Amino acid sequence: MNEDFVRVVIIGTSWGGLDALDRLLSKLPVNFLMPILIVQHRHRLSDNHLNIFLDKRCALHVKEAQDKEKIIPATVYIAPANYHLLVERDFSLSLSAEAPINYSRPSIDLLFETAAEAFHEKTIGIVLTGANSDGAQGMKLIKEYGGFTMVQLPETAEAPAMPKAVIELVDVDFIATIDDIAQSLIELNTGTTIFKSKTKSP
Amino acid sequence: MNSNHSNCDNNSLETDLLLEGIYRKYGYDFRNYSRASLQRRIKNQIEKLQLNNPCELLHLVINQEDQFAKLLSSMTINVTEMFRDPGFYRSFREKVVPELRSYPSLKIWHAGCSTGEEVYSMSILLKEADLYEKSQIYATDINQRVLSDAKKGIFPIESISQFSENYLASGGQHSLSDYYVSKYNRVIMDNSLKENVVFANHDLVTDQVFGEMQVIICRNVLIYFNQKLQDRVFSLFNDSLDRGGILCLGTQESLRLYSSKQDFEKVDEKNKIYKKTSHLKVLPLQ
Repeated sequence: MNEDFVRVVIIGTSWGGLDALDRLLSKLPVNFLMPILIVQHRHRLSDNHLNIFLDKRCALHVKEAQDKEKIIPATVYIAPANYHLLVERDFSLSLSAEAPINYSRPSIDLLFETAAEAFHEKTIGIVLTGANSDGAQGMKLIKEYGGFTMVQLPETAEAPAMPKAVIELVDVDFIATIDDIAQSLIELNTGTTIFKSKTKSP
Repeated sequence: MNSNHSNCDNNSLETDLLLEGIYRKYGYDFRNYSRASLQRRIKNQIEKLQLNNPCELLHLVINQEDQFAKLLSSMTINVTEMFRDPGFYRSFREKVVPELRSYPSLKIWHAGCSTGEEVYSMSILLKEADLYEKSQIYATDINQRVLSDAKKGIFPIESISQFSENYLASGGQHSLSDYYVSKYNRVIMDNSLKENVVFANHDLVTDQVFGEMQVIICRNVLIYFNQKLQDRVFSLFNDSLDRGGILCLGTQESLRLYSSKQDFEKVDEKNKIYKKTSHLKVLPLQ
């Protein structure tokens, strides 16, 4: 495994995601080293306003993921509209224009599954607000690889369906408000908390 | 013995063996395709055939050629639409068409044309620009099955409303329905749109230059290749382009990864249109 990364954070969100991402990412300090990969469902013709907006609001560098780009620390990568985002085993990113999966391109499941296959137990999977069930299968795989899973407390989500779908399918490690998820990430980053996933690797 | 090499689980090892076997048996080289996406497509095929692993698939496809043909189809991506990314076609009309007028004849290579939707789109664009009569379009793909679909120029009727919307957004001057007839649940593209098109089998990985082109269109193909293979294919395009020739890539592809990117200048960075410069006047890319 690559020694550069202690862990990698993978986030999936849909309806209400812009506000949720803003609240989460703006709390992370500039010394937050874990790379963050994000799929936010949006219209196929959306431009890159989302990452420009978030980049202005956050201490971390937020950018649109580019094909074959190497993942580096302290950087937030957002899947471009209308392309799937995948993680390669050499910790680079790939884009794909393959058919939508469960009506979604980018697909949260696809990012989560390829991230789990590349980063194994170093993966931290997070599902925030959303009105469908994309991400649940991916979280299941992250869990099977021994990664850590966090879900926004459904009652606090603008659209609770997506967090609920994960909770139904996976024994989630941490269900909390966005503020608590941010706090927990900061503690994981500084090493003040050592997480213990509820299950072992397959 | 260290059996736990970094990044080397048994499934990737077996996938390596499958790709090596396919290359040695049939000459198709998938070894430098982007692995995450390819591995999922192989996994889907393994599940569909109710096999257990890539080695079982290897045994099947090297012994049964028809099974290889099926696997080949599933390994390549054939998602496309007419006037896909309308902004690209609009930019091509505005920024490239005026330059093409000065040529007495035009050779255009559409590499990785899949089922042909974007080839027919370019024929329509060239017709509307009065350039079609002097154009020869070479539409190539690695996959014989999609090429025979492309030649037919028959598309499902459900997709036509999206195509029409794209056509209008691309600056289309008429109605897309001027270019097809509907029959049952299909639309048949006008025959004149393929009069100046040659559909041919060509593998970007193993095949070579076949002519000097004024335009090369290769959109949403290179993302399925790793960096090393992208560099090779960019060199192939560079060698195939006339001085001043135009290279068109997909929205998320760029010459950023090409080792000789200084041979090209930007025409429209957002829509990924580049121009091969003469070596006397080199404007380096950022």
